[in-house]
Amino acid sequence: MAIDTSTATRPSRPAQVGRRDRYRLRESVAGYLFITPWIIGFLIFTAGAMIYSLVISFSDYNLATNSSTPIGFANYASLFQDPKVATSLSNTLFYAVMAVPAEIIVALLLALLLARMSRGAGTFRILYYLPKMTPAVATAAVFFMLLNGNTGAINQGLRFFGIQGPQWLIDPAWVKPSIVMMTLWTVGGTMVIFLAALKNVPVELYEVASLDGAGPIRKFFSITLPMISGAMFFNVIVLSIAAFQVFDQAFILYWRDQSNASPDAALFYAIYIFQEAFRQFDFGFAAAMAWLLFVIILIITLIQVKVGNRLVYYEGER
Amino acid sequence: MAIAQETPGITAPRPEVALATMPEPRRRRVRPPQTLIARILLLIVAIGVALLLIYPFAWLLSASLKPRGEVFDNALIPKTFSPSNYVDVWQQLPLLAWITNSLGIALLAATAVAVSSSIVAFGFAYFRFPGRSILFGLVLATMMLPGAVTMIPIYLIWKQTGLIGTWVPLWGMNLFGSAFYIFLQRQFYLGLPRELFEAARVDGVSYWGMFWRIAMPLSIPSFIIVFIFEFQASWNNLQAALIYLNAGTPDQFTAPLGIAYAMTRYSPTNGGHGDYQYVMVAALVVTVPMLILFAFGQRYFIEGVATTGRKG
Repeated sequence: MAIDTSTATRPSRPAQVGRRDRYRLRESVAGYLFITPWIIGFLIFTAGAMIYSLVISFSDYNLATNSSTPIGFANYASLFQDPKVATSLSNTLFYAVMAVPAEIIVALLLALLLARMSRGAGTFRILYYLPKMTPAVATAAVFFMLLNGNTGAINQGLRFFGIQGPQWLIDPAWVKPSIVMMTLWTVGGTMVIFLAALKNVPVELYEVASLDGAGPIRKFFSITLPMISGAMFFNVIVLSIAAFQVFDQAFILYWRDQSNASPDAALFYAIYIFQEAFRQFDFGFAAAMAWLLFVIILIITLIQVKVGNRLVYYEGER
Repeated sequence: MAIAQETPGITAPRPEVALATMPEPRRRRVRPPQTLIARILLLIVAIGVALLLIYPFAWLLSASLKPRGEVFDNALIPKTFSPSNYVDVWQQLPLLAWITNSLGIALLAATAVAVSSSIVAFGFAYFRFPGRSILFGLVLATMMLPGAVTMIPIYLIWKQTGLIGTWVPLWGMNLFGSAFYIFLQRQFYLGLPRELFEAARVDGVSYWGMFWRIAMPLSIPSFIIVFIFEFQASWNNLQAALIYLNAGTPDQFTAPLGIAYAMTRYSPTNGGHGDYQYVMVAALVVTVPMLILFAFGQRYFIEGVATTGRKG
């Protein structure tokens, strides 16, 4: 923080010291007043909510009376007894392991493509970004049709090449790849972050490498990848957190009506939390599930940060 | 992208939108391809990808113009044009109510979060007070909190207030600022010369006046960016609507919830007749405002970057 120049002059008389202290105090009070909305929101909707959530997770919550009876670790114990928790967790992990690398690779390839274009890159950047603006519901509604195993455009296209496409939305083995595909359609956001990073790689590095006889692949791994590792790190963390909370597409395709007998393969963790909370009204159990997710995301993020700190190159560092 | 997407009320901050709309840096490019053939090849690949990504939009537009029996035929040019879908849909579905609800909530959510985040951001940017950096660190930390953790208690808090079923739970939290937007606005205010405020202070302008009459007008471009981001996040928010509005009648739904409802209603497994052309019309009608917003937001973002660029 820059030091305020107006207070840098030394006071010559005690009266001024008093005035300056009053000025300081008034400034502090005003500062706190300005951030008061956030403090209130934080106390109620973040800190308060987290504590409340923790309390609920140790209770049997009765929605009708808004009362909760403490039941110790029972909710946490039943996390391990309910096979659907394990199913939804492994579905989510499996999805994340597929989706995050796929998004990173596709986004990076598209960014590399646009970075190399001498003309029209701006237009393509906008076009590639457009799907990201589409509401997830609309995306899901369209892909619901495109991915239809019999009449969908994707299998029709595959038939053109002589490939018999799978029953994307019905075959349990293809449920998660289908959702990955929907996610890939909206990869434009990640691409743009890579693109911004690529633009900051000093072109001299490539010139020197060329003089040393490095080929394009060598240059990519020795220059490009290390130089954009900061953006890579950011994208991996953000995409992982999002993947662990995947909800909208799967919900619209499989869980929007209660009667739907949907495949277990489409039961993601966030969906199961939602169902337990707002369809079964078992808030205690759902809160325990949410805390387990929080701990898992925290651990994975910490591992990523730890690994990232060893691998990421920051330009400011010496 | 969704750090906070799942938090009802306060919805996804989207840093990449900011980057998406930044003007190309003028400085240098990564190795423009030398040969003409390479250049043409790149262009062909880029166009191919663009066609692939635009195809679902074209498919949607075309399907929305087809009669019931042909919605699935994948023809990009409908065999039978049925523009009456666009007339009938308003009778078939309470689409107008959905759009009105979504628009009202999005306007409230975006206005509330833009104003409150600006106030808080000015507090963090201009004033020096004990604990400032710790509190700001806390602001940043909340960005990493998964929405699923607070989803349930926040619902129960709103339940206590008796406001479930109204619009309030879908935007009320925005009155308290949102971490990413506070961060964004603070960055902008830090770029304003401090002398500007010191001069105003000498002229007897109050602290509030410094914010309202000096900082706010100067930060209109970044204010609009926050507004647009939140508008989009709110417009697209399905989960909060599911939690807070699903128990009501269909005309109380928002657009995303309405479309999910329409898909179920027309599904043959639920006794519908497969009138998916109306779902397609609704999906298109709901998407178009976002595409317009994108075109609109881009202009403002470039202005915003230009304003911050000028001070250096």
